[in-house]
Amino acid sequence: MSEAKLEFLDRSRAFWNPGKTQDWQDMGVDLVIDRREGYYLFDMDGRRLIDLHLNGGTYNLGHRNPELVEALRAGSARFDMGNHHFPALARTALAESLAACAPSPNMVYTAYGSGGGEAIDIAIKTARHAMQKRKIVSIVKAYHGHTGLAVKTGDDRFSKLFLSEDTLGEFVQVPFNDLNAMEDALRGRDVAAVIMETIPATYGFPMPQEGYLPSVKKLCERYDALYIADEVQTGLMRCGEIWACMKYGIEPDIMVTGKGIGGGMYPIACTCISEHCGGWLKEDGFGHISTGGGAELGCIVAMKVLEIVQRPEVRTMVRYISDYMRSGLENIMAEYPDFFIGIRQHGVVMGLEFNHEQGAKPVMKRLYENGVWAIFSTLDSRVLQFKPGLLMTQADCEEVLRRVEIGIGLARDDVMGGHRRSA
Amino acid sequence: MEPQVRNLVDISGSHAALAGRADMVLERARWAAEVFQRYDRGATMAIADAVAAAAHASAGKYADWAVKETGFGVAAHKKLKNEMTSGPLLDFYRDDDYVNPRIDEQRKIVEIPRPAGVVLALTPSTNPIATINYKILISLMTRNAIVISPHPAARECSVDAVRALAGAAVDAGAPEGVIQIIEDPGIPLVEELMRSPKTSVILATGGTAMVRSAYSSSNPAIGVGPGNAPVFVDSTADIARAAKRIVESKSFDNSALCTNESVLITLQEVDARLQQALKQAKAYVCNEDDVDRLRRYLFHDRGFNIECIGRDATWIAQECGIRVPEGTLVLLAPITQIGVEEPLSREKLCPVLAYHVARSRSQAITQARAVLRLAGAGHSAAVHAMDERVAMEYASAVEAYRVVVNAPCTQGAAGFQTALAPTFTIGTGFYGRSSLGENIGPGHLVHWTRLAYNSDASEPFGNYHDLSPAFSGPLPEAPADGVPGSNGYRAERAGPLNESFSGVTREELRRMIAEELRAALRR
Repeated sequence: MSEAKLEFLDRSRAFWNPGKTQDWQDMGVDLVIDRREGYYLFDMDGRRLIDLHLNGGTYNLGHRNPELVEALRAGSARFDMGNHHFPALARTALAESLAACAPSPNMVYTAYGSGGGEAIDIAIKTARHAMQKRKIVSIVKAYHGHTGLAVKTGDDRFSKLFLSEDTLGEFVQVPFNDLNAMEDALRGRDVAAVIMETIPATYGFPMPQEGYLPSVKKLCERYDALYIADEVQTGLMRCGEIWACMKYGIEPDIMVTGKGIGGGMYPIACTCISEHCGGWLKEDGFGHISTGGGAELGCIVAMKVLEIVQRPEVRTMVRYISDYMRSGLENIMAEYPDFFIGIRQHGVVMGLEFNHEQGAKPVMKRLYENGVWAIFSTLDSRVLQFKPGLLMTQADCEEVLRRVEIGIGLARDDVMGGHRRSA
Repeated sequence: MEPQVRNLVDISGSHAALAGRADMVLERARWAAEVFQRYDRGATMAIADAVAAAAHASAGKYADWAVKETGFGVAAHKKLKNEMTSGPLLDFYRDDDYVNPRIDEQRKIVEIPRPAGVVLALTPSTNPIATINYKILISLMTRNAIVISPHPAARECSVDAVRALAGAAVDAGAPEGVIQIIEDPGIPLVEELMRSPKTSVILATGGTAMVRSAYSSSNPAIGVGPGNAPVFVDSTADIARAAKRIVESKSFDNSALCTNESVLITLQEVDARLQQALKQAKAYVCNEDDVDRLRRYLFHDRGFNIECIGRDATWIAQECGIRVPEGTLVLLAPITQIGVEEPLSREKLCPVLAYHVARSRSQAITQARAVLRLAGAGHSAAVHAMDERVAMEYASAVEAYRVVVNAPCTQGAAGFQTALAPTFTIGTGFYGRSSLGENIGPGHLVHWTRLAYNSDASEPFGNYHDLSPAFSGPLPEAPADGVPGSNGYRAERAGPLNESFSGVTREELRRMIAEELRAALRR
């Protein structure tokens, strides 16, 4: 490590976040991202990493995608954040673009946040207003963000620390893929909404069993609850369709998109609301206010993101990347069957499962040493999040597989010791 | 109210947007090319055959459409060209194998074909569909992906035709994106495509400016220059047949092909007979005044009048105020000079044939060289002679890489009435500032990796007869876990060189087989 980096890390500890800064050093990941371009990150000491983390799809279209940079640059010649009180050209235009590709024809309105958590809060508030009920059901180990309401739907690791966990029994969590538990939670008809990541990301992408999500939607209908689809990580073509819930045949009442919708260039998040649950927008349109929410420059970028991800070329490429990566990972899995034991996949949303409690951590470290940045799942350390970008080139995919094969081999030896059993 | 997708900030003309679009099309092509290289010869040819059949079936439809859209040429002739560039083109190369390795026991060399990857094909307005058919088929035969950039004047018929062929290819099992077309081919976008490192080779057919631009793009390019074919009718020629062939050739598709005869050169002793024979074949011999009118009409300060490209002889005569007999196929324009002072000695993509009488064979040859010096270097020439010494002398003098003998030049130079390779891209070689001097075919879209053994006799050559690269075909489809109908993953069988299977435990193998069986049963 360079002197400059050592000094910088001291400053990071001193002025930014001592805990987080140190944790990465302890995990053997001394990354300080400097330059970034396409799917490459360059550490401040110059080392190149291929980014398979993408901050949960924020960088779906690559870092500093030139078309998005240009949209932001050209947009700033006319727009700024805008005034959130007034009808606004860009906010309405993005709302129309979203309505035009929404998973349900009823989804006409968009309310804006400046980040995913805020948009989730809007979704929950909207559902509560529409149903005049308070209870929200989410999934055990769900992750919907860290704002006031969103944090209560997730793992209590993030709420208890701040004495912000639910104490009134308004937030209920049920295990994923468990329809009985879901029905039990809804049976009392006191639930305003079920909030559901189409594939729970931070939990390591456990995949919904066949029929699970449509059945949850049916249960919602039966027990007068709304269905909120959190498409922050699964949307925007990552599953081969603009919104993953469409692949499972779901028409949610409310949908949230964030991260990738801003293309990594301007933070913005959107809550898409169906006509039948958008009552507050008529009753008191000033009911939710956000100065930064739906900043118009963000809207300009987001419209470009939507246009790009819906190009036919992108659809084809997502399919190729999914197929190619899977094929390569299968070969690697066959090589280390005692360690690398499973692949969860829907499109370019992938989770690699390892046969050890903390298995994904050494893999992350070894991949990092070998020029690939992929992160373990915060809420399930057996699983490595493996998230190739939508526009990844064949050459880069091949490069990733080559490095992953080496990295997993080394991590296997770290965890299980010695040589491969089956070699 | 219906939501509208609106564009508040238009960046479509920016470099970022153009480069982004070019990149996306080419990257999709690269993916398709990568997967296509996994296909064996049977699968490859099945795709090419299906595409050829589709091209053949719609030859007439697109011939009509092209004539209507561009105003160039004769629909019946275009139909013929569209047909010739489908099945017959494929049949010409049927026995050539661009997929399997070649083994040379004698030299102890094995050659493995390596497709170019992504072919960027620029296609002209004069022969839009035939060129598209031809370029697509030579790309498919060699397992390349192709991106067509059509001439804007023939955009609509080209887009429709390519979409249909792309559909036929995918239906026959080709990787998606193996055939694409640029639907709005503006010059800045085409330049981005040509410049991109994702383009493997540019196959440029069209105007000089575009071809030169392809060459200066920094990418490998196979470009062709313009034609301006001299045709020499010698005193030893069968005059009647020569005249008939020349008229047939010059009127074919109204000279929209660049291989058409431009200047007929003959000798005094056959002048009268040849003119008579040409008249009989429905050529009209212009008088001095007619020639003047033609010259003024066909050439203005900016060059050739593109209005008359591919128009028929009677239409042009009428435009110039020349009275010609009904059914006239060619306008014969006698000229006394060849060179910069006589515009009629330049290329004319219409059925106007300049006619020059030389005093001797050697002068005729000198004049033929002058025609090609003016324009059309490296392209085509023709000779009609029964004396092969004349043909030899002529061919070794003119700076053209194909000299058609006793055949119509339009068809003959393009390989349709000779044994030359059938083509819609004529290599104009070093004379024409091009990289290749042959008729371009599939062979030019493949390079070969050569395994070369020690030539010392004590080092034995290996037995390569049963070895070939792992042709594993299309990639198995990745699962969409939890989506009804997504039946888990069927991994492909490991190839002969893939050792991963030996690393699998017996138990693992049993599990995989069981899984495969379950998946099969669920289908």
